[in-house]
Amino acid sequence: MEYIIIIISAIFVNNILLAQFLGCCPFLGVSNKLSTAAGMSGAVCFVITLATLVTYLLQYYVLNPLGIGFLQTIAFILVIAALVQMVEIVLKKVSPSLYQALGIFLPLITTNCAVLGVALIVVTKEFTFGGEPHMLNLAESVVYAFATSLGFGLAMILFAGLREQLALNKVPESFKGIPIALVTASILAMAFMGFSGLV
Amino acid sequence: MTGGQTMTKFQLITKGLIKENPTFVLLLGMCPTLATTTSAINGMSMGLATMFVLVLSNMAISAVANVIPDKVRIPAYIVIIATFVTLLQFVMQAYTPAIYETLGIFIPLIVVNCIVLGRAEAFANKNSVVDSACDGLGIGLGFTLSLTILGLIREILGSGSAFGFKFLPGDGILCFVLAPGAFMVLGYLIVLFHKLTDKKNK
Repeated sequence: MEYIIIIISAIFVNNILLAQFLGCCPFLGVSNKLSTAAGMSGAVCFVITLATLVTYLLQYYVLNPLGIGFLQTIAFILVIAALVQMVEIVLKKVSPSLYQALGIFLPLITTNCAVLGVALIVVTKEFTFGGEPHMLNLAESVVYAFATSLGFGLAMILFAGLREQLALNKVPESFKGIPIALVTASILAMAFMGFSGLV
Repeated sequence: MTGGQTMTKFQLITKGLIKENPTFVLLLGMCPTLATTTSAINGMSMGLATMFVLVLSNMAISAVANVIPDKVRIPAYIVIIATFVTLLQFVMQAYTPAIYETLGIFIPLIVVNCIVLGRAEAFANKNSVVDSACDGLGIGLGFTLSLTILGLIREILGSGSAFGFKFLPGDGILCFVLAPGAFMVLGYLIVLFHKLTDKKNK
């Protein structure tokens, strides 16, 4: 039951893009086409889940016992950068077709704040799922990370669909490009506000 | 950058305000821009925190740029930036704990703010230390300015106050303090900014 609450909360109520504003760069940058948006979401989903697993273990089994928890920012960004490189190399060997599909998006993910953001949230924030406020354990963290990245994908794909429709319409000159995209995002965020209070 | 030599220090600082404004023209660093501008004070704090990291990392990177091999320069820059961000976290925890709590996760996330890495790559690694400091200061001021404006508008519309000073009775339009307001105000501000700067150029 607790896992279901985590999943619903991460996808709809606290959507990472539309409620927490993490990962807005790809949200505005690569949401012109549905196919690229889906590719980016896939790559992010993969990396966020993996990165959270690794950084969680790093925090609790390396940094905390050594008493150097304050180095988490530096340690996490290095781990994420290395992880993205490794995923790239492994994918190239194991699944060239998936590598082709994710291709250019993988290196971009290192500087996607959603990845570092989720990694930091699970080790610093207390959650109140099912009663007492508590820090997430390993399984909950990974579920939370996976659900968050699903939320990222959902918002990304919805938004890309809207922008594809928008491209066919006549827009005032000054609103072309990013401004109208931001106004669209605003209305989408309003729609997602309807989920608040669900959990 | 070929124009680097002809630009005076003053021009380096002022170009970040309007011509190369990171938020309205370059559209960089969107996450902190949208997330931390719930009030003018919060926006300004985030801008100043970013400026602190930007100036110091620009100076450090321009000082060591010649020593770093080209292939590993991006990871090296990220480590330098992350070091200054950790420093900033300590300073803020000590002197401004309330603001540190409010901005929360967005302080460590300065590491992945594209403005900082962007300036390192585009300016600091090929210019002198003093010029890089001026550049960091200029871009940082531009970022602070736009975040403060965005925060101010959202605060006035959303809670009827400015810089924490309440001048309208009632609650205001709550929506502007929440997520949708951030996207909408930023969108309209970019339109306004383009309109104004276009007129000036003509």
